[in-house]
Amino acid sequence: MFDFLKKWLGQIRSPVSETLPPLPLGSSDPDATVPLPELGLRASDHDQIWPRPSPTRFTVGLAQHVGQVRTHNEDVLLAFTGELRGLEPMPHIGLFVVADGMGGHSLGERASGIAGRTLARVVLENVLPSLLADPRSDYERPSLTEVMELAIAEANRTVVRLVPEGGTTLTGALIVGDQLILCHVGDTRAYVISDGKMEQLTRDHSLVQRLKEMGQLTDDEAAVHPQRSVLYRAIGQGEGLEADVISRRLSPGTILIVCSDGLWSLVPDHIIHQIIRQSPSIQDACEALVHAANEAGGPDNITVVIVQLPG
Amino acid sequence: MFDARKATRSVTHRLQSAGDGNLKPGSVLQNRYSIIKVLGVGGMGSVYQARDLRFPNVTKYVAVKEIINTADPGMREMFTKIFEREANTLASLDHPAIPKIYDYFNQSDRSFLVMEFIDGKDLETYLNEFPGLLSEEVVIEWAIELCDVLSYLHNHKDKDGNPEPIIFRDLKPSNIMLDQHGSIRLIDFGIARDYQAGQKGTMIGTEGYSPPEQYRGEASPAGDIYALGATLHHLLTKQDPRIEPPFTFAERPIRKSNPGVSLELETIIMTALNYNPAERFASAEAMKQALKTLRRRLSGSLSRPMGTGRIDAAAADSLGQARPAEAPAVISRSEVTPLWVFRCEDEIRASPVVSGSLVYVGAYDNNLYAINAADGKLVWKYATEGGLPAPPVIHQDILYIGSEDRRLHAISAKSGRLQWMYYADGPIRAAPRFADGHIFIGADDHYLHVVNASTGRKAWRYQASDAIRCRPVVSGDRVYFGCESGEFYALDLRAERKWMFRAKRGITSSPLLHNGTLYVCSLDGMVYALDASSGWRLWQFRTNKPILSSPTIDGNLLLVGSADNHLYAIDIRNGREAWRFATNGQVNSSPAVIGGTVYVGSVDHSLYAIEVASGRLRWKFTAKGPITSSPAIANNVVYIGSFDHHLYALTA
Repeated sequence: MFDFLKKWLGQIRSPVSETLPPLPLGSSDPDATVPLPELGLRASDHDQIWPRPSPTRFTVGLAQHVGQVRTHNEDVLLAFTGELRGLEPMPHIGLFVVADGMGGHSLGERASGIAGRTLARVVLENVLPSLLADPRSDYERPSLTEVMELAIAEANRTVVRLVPEGGTTLTGALIVGDQLILCHVGDTRAYVISDGKMEQLTRDHSLVQRLKEMGQLTDDEAAVHPQRSVLYRAIGQGEGLEADVISRRLSPGTILIVCSDGLWSLVPDHIIHQIIRQSPSIQDACEALVHAANEAGGPDNITVVIVQLPG
Repeated sequence: MFDARKATRSVTHRLQSAGDGNLKPGSVLQNRYSIIKVLGVGGMGSVYQARDLRFPNVTKYVAVKEIINTADPGMREMFTKIFEREANTLASLDHPAIPKIYDYFNQSDRSFLVMEFIDGKDLETYLNEFPGLLSEEVVIEWAIELCDVLSYLHNHKDKDGNPEPIIFRDLKPSNIMLDQHGSIRLIDFGIARDYQAGQKGTMIGTEGYSPPEQYRGEASPAGDIYALGATLHHLLTKQDPRIEPPFTFAERPIRKSNPGVSLELETIIMTALNYNPAERFASAEAMKQALKTLRRRLSGSLSRPMGTGRIDAAAADSLGQARPAEAPAVISRSEVTPLWVFRCEDEIRASPVVSGSLVYVGAYDNNLYAINAADGKLVWKYATEGGLPAPPVIHQDILYIGSEDRRLHAISAKSGRLQWMYYADGPIRAAPRFADGHIFIGADDHYLHVVNASTGRKAWRYQASDAIRCRPVVSGDRVYFGCESGEFYALDLRAERKWMFRAKRGITSSPLLHNGTLYVCSLDGMVYALDASSGWRLWQFRTNKPILSSPTIDGNLLLVGSADNHLYAIDIRNGREAWRFATNGQVNSSPAVIGGTVYVGSVDHSLYAIEVASGRLRWKFTAKGPITSSPAIANNVVYIGSFDHHLYALTA
């Protein structure tokens, strides 16, 4: 798991890296530092980048890579943002979706594409009209959680109908003002970083996650388990999908990360956190994360989108 | 449900067996076995129905199981040896539920096993075609037969008489046949199961029947017992464990979906399904005996409970664990003497408030009482000229309370002396809120009044479209409140409306602001979660009758009562019900939480103490009249008023 880090450490011969303490391997200390050679950072920048001043608007970074092994990209990534300023500002809005298709023979990419587009269509159709309505009017606003439930159910129905042999994970994040509404199925993930702490918001619908929760597998055993990619819930599995939908208020400056398992199964959480902390921009962070996953072997498609709320 | 399973399996199969070619009907193996059709397709190859050509004058069918050996040449030789060894073992087995092995051979990259053809149906197909739910008696018969064959396999000895248990490892309905005589037959013995190719890529669908320890590579007789438990659970509930979240049998009690099943059978199955192998039945034989005892009881007197039966120690020990939903002993406090009781002249509908050493409560006798919290003795009382339906607010030793006499009274909390009065144009039935040196209070004159707390002078007022009876929320520069025609307002502190939300009926319940989200309950029966900054609805939750109760939050749970007689616990992250607790009357009292227990009153005269995490009753106290007042809790004492004119102090 840490081979790519060792490789980095081995390659770097800058004066700074020699003054840095060695990476505590196996440690999950979020303050552990690793030099990041590919970011074009000046060595002296490391400690100055964080805390990065919060932007005055939504900032979005995204990156996607097919990886080192696959020939197809079965991941899909959608990102929409909207802002309206003036006398009567509307809450800013963002919709971010990552889906990881499965099924082979191009069924996976069909399933993830259809699921992502359907979800975005249903969400935007329901949210945009009320968002753009006169804020003083009595325009009936839909329940955002219901919109997400409706949208993921419709995405599921559409995949079942059009790609009956395919399936996909899906993690969708809708931000309206400072409210986040997440919908989630499968093992794509969403994290938030707030107050210097990174927290995973989604729970993998995977066999190994369940075994871990039952105390039957350790984190290390789960990471190498032959069945670590077996899901028990996914879009396209049939009618009556039980998706997780949660809402949560985000504090100003919060960073949201949505990614596929091509990232998180290769780059441990504390390294993801650290790469984001040390990157000069959100976009640089996305590219550095994809690079890290590829350095670690890149066995799967890699998709990441990072959003920072205005602070 | 059925479609879901089909989709799940088709995805799995496509990944596992893409490109495998089946033998065509009419092909002949070894000049002897003429392929008729494919009976099933597995990860390693297919099973065919074939005709044995050695019997030209009769039609003798056999089943031919094919194993396609995709290993590299070095591995292939070892694989073939293992196959042959296992084929020999199987051929030596002699049990009515195990099909006879006739022959085995290798041909190019495939190995074949020729065995008895069973004319019947596998239990998965049988279950899917069976209308309704299977009866307990039928399933018990099958379970006993399955225990018998598992016991035979687990007690297998090698040719020198040394124990050599055979672990079936893949017990599930599709591997169990019901033959034409109605007997159970095991098929698909796990030949070379260890050598199946590793799975690649993300896949949907789990085995569903395998015990947790199997995922650590452990295979033991206890694992077969677990798989039998999982199989029986599936047969009785018709819930396919391959599409349910793994290891959730305990969360899906059998008797919930199949009420005809006895508690004893459910207990036996849940014993087999213990995560810890040591807590399952010690052997298949022990499980068989438990099932036979139950069968005897069911066929005999139906009224005699199990307990004298010979269920083994492992089963008896784990009865408690297998029945997590068992109701704990409930302490009824109806005969317990409260710490003290204070009597007023009329009904107490409002909630008491504790401040310092005093409890304050308003009654319909027009009086506000200040009572010593320790002994229940009257300290002072203050008379208004109208009923007091809402609690006061206390700030810096001044107590503010609205009355149906149309006035807001400011009184010294220590002495009960009047400081000032503020006049509204209608009765005041709402509780006040103190913020920024002002009292915010609604009245039946449709106005929200904002009054300077030290002078009693009006700062401003805002006209709503109907009477305001809820307690407003003030946070930052926003005021939030609802009115009796269903409008909910967000104002800034200059009385300018920022947004409005409309419920279908009035909002009498006081809103709750928690972490940027407003929780608003309405007489339309709904709980609405609204983003405080924009008024956007995050979710809504429906109860079946009007909500008068004001919500409270503990952790991720919002607790609120409804006139549909229930107290609800709702997950604030998504508006889904965590649990509900039924009382025998409307729950218009507002719940209060302390130390993991929620206290709430009901019109059925009782105060309930309920565990927040589980929704289970801890104790209840029964008064002599309805309780709509909300409990106040301080120093481990619960204060609650009732229509019976009394204020009670109870140990929490």
